[in-house]
Amino acid sequence: MDFHLTNEQLMLRKMYREFAENEVKPLAEEVDETEEFPMETVKKMAKLGMMGIYFPKEYGGAGGDVLSYAMCVEELAKVCGTTAVIVSAHTSLCCAPIFENGTEEQKKKYLPDLCSGRKIGAFGLTEPNAGTDASGQQTTAVLEGDHYILNGSKCFITNGNVADTFVVFAMTDKSKGNHGISAFIVEKSFPGFSTGKHEKKMGIRGSSTCDLIFEDCIVPKENLLGKEGKGFKIAMQTLDGGRIGIASQALGLGEGAVNEAVKYTQERVQFGRRLSQFQNTQFQLADMHCRMQAAQYLVYAAAMKKQLHEPYSMDASMAKLFAAEAASDVTRRAVQLFGGYGYTREYPVERMMRDAKITEIYEGTSEVQRMVIASNLGVK
Amino acid sequence: MKIIVSIKQVPDTSGKVAVNPDGTLNRASMQTITNPDDMNALEAALKLKDETGCKVVVVTMGPPPAAGMLREALAMGADEAVLVSAREFGGSDTYATSQIIAAAINRIGVEKDDIVMCGRQAIDGDTAQVGPQIAEKLHLPQITYAADIQKDGDTVTVKRMLEDGYMTIKTHTPCLLTCIKELNEPRYMSVGGVFEAYSKPLTTYDYEALKDDPLIDKSTIGLSGSPTNILTSFTPPQKGAGVMLEGADKATCEKLAGILAAKHII
Repeated sequence: MDFHLTNEQLMLRKMYREFAENEVKPLAEEVDETEEFPMETVKKMAKLGMMGIYFPKEYGGAGGDVLSYAMCVEELAKVCGTTAVIVSAHTSLCCAPIFENGTEEQKKKYLPDLCSGRKIGAFGLTEPNAGTDASGQQTTAVLEGDHYILNGSKCFITNGNVADTFVVFAMTDKSKGNHGISAFIVEKSFPGFSTGKHEKKMGIRGSSTCDLIFEDCIVPKENLLGKEGKGFKIAMQTLDGGRIGIASQALGLGEGAVNEAVKYTQERVQFGRRLSQFQNTQFQLADMHCRMQAAQYLVYAAAMKKQLHEPYSMDASMAKLFAAEAASDVTRRAVQLFGGYGYTREYPVERMMRDAKITEIYEGTSEVQRMVIASNLGVK
Repeated sequence: MKIIVSIKQVPDTSGKVAVNPDGTLNRASMQTITNPDDMNALEAALKLKDETGCKVVVVTMGPPPAAGMLREALAMGADEAVLVSAREFGGSDTYATSQIIAAAINRIGVEKDDIVMCGRQAIDGDTAQVGPQIAEKLHLPQITYAADIQKDGDTVTVKRMLEDGYMTIKTHTPCLLTCIKELNEPRYMSVGGVFEAYSKPLTTYDYEALKDDPLIDKSTIGLSGSPTNILTSFTPPQKGAGVMLEGADKATCEKLAGILAAKHII
């Protein structure tokens, strides 16, 4: 695989990095403390085309590629896990399924507002009793005349309280199991739709996470996404792409922690020497960097394969599994290198450690990624 | 109407500055950035483009890698770029540089409605001479230290920021303005802009392209045509951290007076 970045990708990395350093990093601590969604930052990112990076210009996107999007999430996550997941969930879980499965009318109706960031997107699959076992959907959709009536609820929905457009899954025929699940595009203004309270989380605390509630929610028939009964397939395909986004978030969090640890250990003096002069510190940092570099190769490879329309499901799972576990390990080691200061909220590494944990859980737990990888190996 | 913005690639002075034995900068060994004041000039031009739909052309003189900086200007929204690059132009001081850039601007063409914009000064040389010299070579009215620019038809009203106050001057186009950081906040490249940047025109003017301009004479360009002699170049020593005293009580005031007296300031 060719890891040579194009001129455009190199230029974008510089732009993302400057934006992250100047606009995102100064707010990261406050966003974490107050648990407030960084709406002003999202508006700035929207203006720069960061909310629709790899979608064609005809739908309001920036006309870029999947790796350029992954690099955006990576650079944001280096300084703020919350901001990174906002872009990831919006792009991978809402824009992508509409772009990949929508009719021309649906794409023209929804993508320009989403890709330009005028509207924020979210994805509603998880339910209280349908997490890793996504096939256990209890939300129902019944066709009545020219619209579907949705009933049920979703939980842990990223961007839930701030999104305008949702890709939602519901059972249209319970007797068919997975083949009875359908996907819908739901607007927050649809009658019978509401959102629940903000979940208080361990990390990514500024990211909006809440329930979606459907009480006889009226969804026009033309908002069925893909064919009836194809929802499970759409959900799984969408999550394959989403895993590249979350793997990029994990990658950025780990790399951000390495950057902070390299800086701090060269400043902190103990026993008359800088921490960086101790061989233990050097070995720790070398291991941490190695793990994140390996994660980067896996993430970039998955992104390139998706861009080239090659099968990438296993690559995305490997990237997410490895990057998430590496990020959790590396951020924890960074806290250890910082010692007592690392445990305080004065320094960013404890926040990075809390943020990293979720990457092992959402958009498919590490256990699910292992299932996907084993299944791709033909292991039964 | 078009705006021609003259920009310069400079060493990132937050890193280490390397100097050649002849006293000129060893640019190859240093990280580079677009000169900060030039970014304000470019932003001013792009704002006028947003308002009027005019064309923005960026021009720079430098070695071939300076094309990367021009592509970034295109990604911010400039329409065309010109790289002035030739062995004959190497080692130019501000006098020779302004001759060459003026010749390049002549070749781009300055029409009645046009404005030429430059940064006030570059962070490597800090001379603030090139902009005004270009204006002289091109016989354009010039307004330096622009902190606010208003254009109304062929009239340009500029608020100049001086050490002891502001001065507002009106002139007509075509004219040359030098811009300061107080003028605006430069925008970022946009994602869409980056993907367009490599399909926008970037032209290189070499010695052959400019040699027929009366301003270009072997005796007035390049190192041999530069009247400036550099005696020595050095990285200024880092300033120590300042001392901050807080409080309005007698003890603090006495401590402050003591420090100032010890340094023979009072």
